[in-house]
Amino acid sequence: MKNSSYSYQFQPAKVRSELLRMLPISLFVVAFGAAFGLAAVQKGLGPLESLLMSTMVFAGASQFAAIDMWGSEVSVIPVMIVVFAINSRHLLMGASLYPMLKDVAPAKRYGLMLVLTDANWAVSAQEYQSGQRNLEVILGGGLVLWLGWIVGTWLGVYFGGLLQDPKSLGMDMVLGCFLLAMALGGKKNPRVLVAWVLAAAASLAAWKWLPANTHVVAGALAGGLVGFFWLEDKPVDGRVDESAGGESI
Amino acid sequence: MTIETTTTGVLALILIMTLVTLATRFGGVFIMSYVRISPRIESFINTMASSVLIAIIVPMAFAGDAGALAALSVTAVAMLVLKKPLPAIAAGIFAAALVRYLGFAAS
Repeated sequence: MKNSSYSYQFQPAKVRSELLRMLPISLFVVAFGAAFGLAAVQKGLGPLESLLMSTMVFAGASQFAAIDMWGSEVSVIPVMIVVFAINSRHLLMGASLYPMLKDVAPAKRYGLMLVLTDANWAVSAQEYQSGQRNLEVILGGGLVLWLGWIVGTWLGVYFGGLLQDPKSLGMDMVLGCFLLAMALGGKKNPRVLVAWVLAAAASLAAWKWLPANTHVVAGALAGGLVGFFWLEDKPVDGRVDESAGGESI
Repeated sequence: MTIETTTTGVLALILIMTLVTLATRFGGVFIMSYVRISPRIESFINTMASSVLIAIIVPMAFAGDAGALAALSVTAVAMLVLKKPLPAIAAGIFAAALVRYLGFAAS
C-alpha cells in the first residue's frame, strides 16, 4: 500500500507550541515587514499591492531587491533572475528536509513548503541533526512568521512614517544572529567544522567574484561536498572509540 | 521585456515573483523525490544544511558595519557559553544597537 508509507504523524499540540516558540522571532519579522511596507509605498506601490506581494511572495530579501528595481516600467527578466538567485537557497533548504518530507503525502508536503523560510527551516534542520523529526515547526513557525510579515507590511504601508530607523536598534541583525545561534547550537565535529570552513571560504569567494546573490548556494554546496566525500562513521551503540586518537592536533 | 506598473502590470509582476519563488520552494523537494537517498547523499544533505547558515552569515559579517560584526560575535560567544538561543540573540542585537549608538558605525 502506498498510503501506509506516509508515516509522519503531525501533532496539533506540537504545531501550536512551535508557533508560540517562533512568536518572538516573528515580532522582529513585523519590524522588517514594516520597513518593507514603507519602502514599497515610497517606490510607488499601492498599499494593497504591497500587502499582496508580501502575502504571496513571502521572501523578504528578494522583495526588497525587486522593489529596488521598481519604476514606471520594470524589466521582467532581471527581476526574475534576482528573485530566483536570492531565493535559490530554498532549493537546498527544501532538499535538506526531504528525508522527513518523504514520509508526508505529496499534497501536504508541498503545502508545508509554502511557508518555508529561513528561521523555521533552521530550527527543523538543526533538530534533525540531533535526531529529532520536527516538521511541526515548519508549519506552526511558518504560519506565525508569514502572519508577522503581512502584519508588518501593513504597518509599514500605513504607519511607516512613524518608523524609527530599525538599523539603529540593531533590528537588521535579528535574522543573522538567529541563524548563527542555530548553527552554533547544532552538532559540531571535525567533519562539520571542515565543512563550515570550506563553506565560509566559498561563500566569500562567490560574494567577491561571482555574480551577485550566488554566495549562499556556492557556500552551501561547497560545505555539502565535504559531507559527500567524508562520510560519518555510524556509531553502532555509544561512541566509536577511534575518536580518542583522532587526527586533530 | 518590460512591464508597465499599471494595476494589471503590478499584479502580473507580483504573480511572476510568486511563481519564481514557489519554484525555489518546491524545486529542491521535487528533485529529491527522484533521488535515492544513499548514506552519501544523506551525508551531503546534512553538511550542506548547516553550511547554508554559514554561507549566509559570513558574507553578512564581511559586508556589515561595526554594529553587524559586534552583533554576530556577541551572539557567537553568548551561544557557546549559554547554549540558549534567545538570550544569545538578544545580546547580539543589543550589541549592534550599542555600537551604533556610540557611533563606531557612523558612515
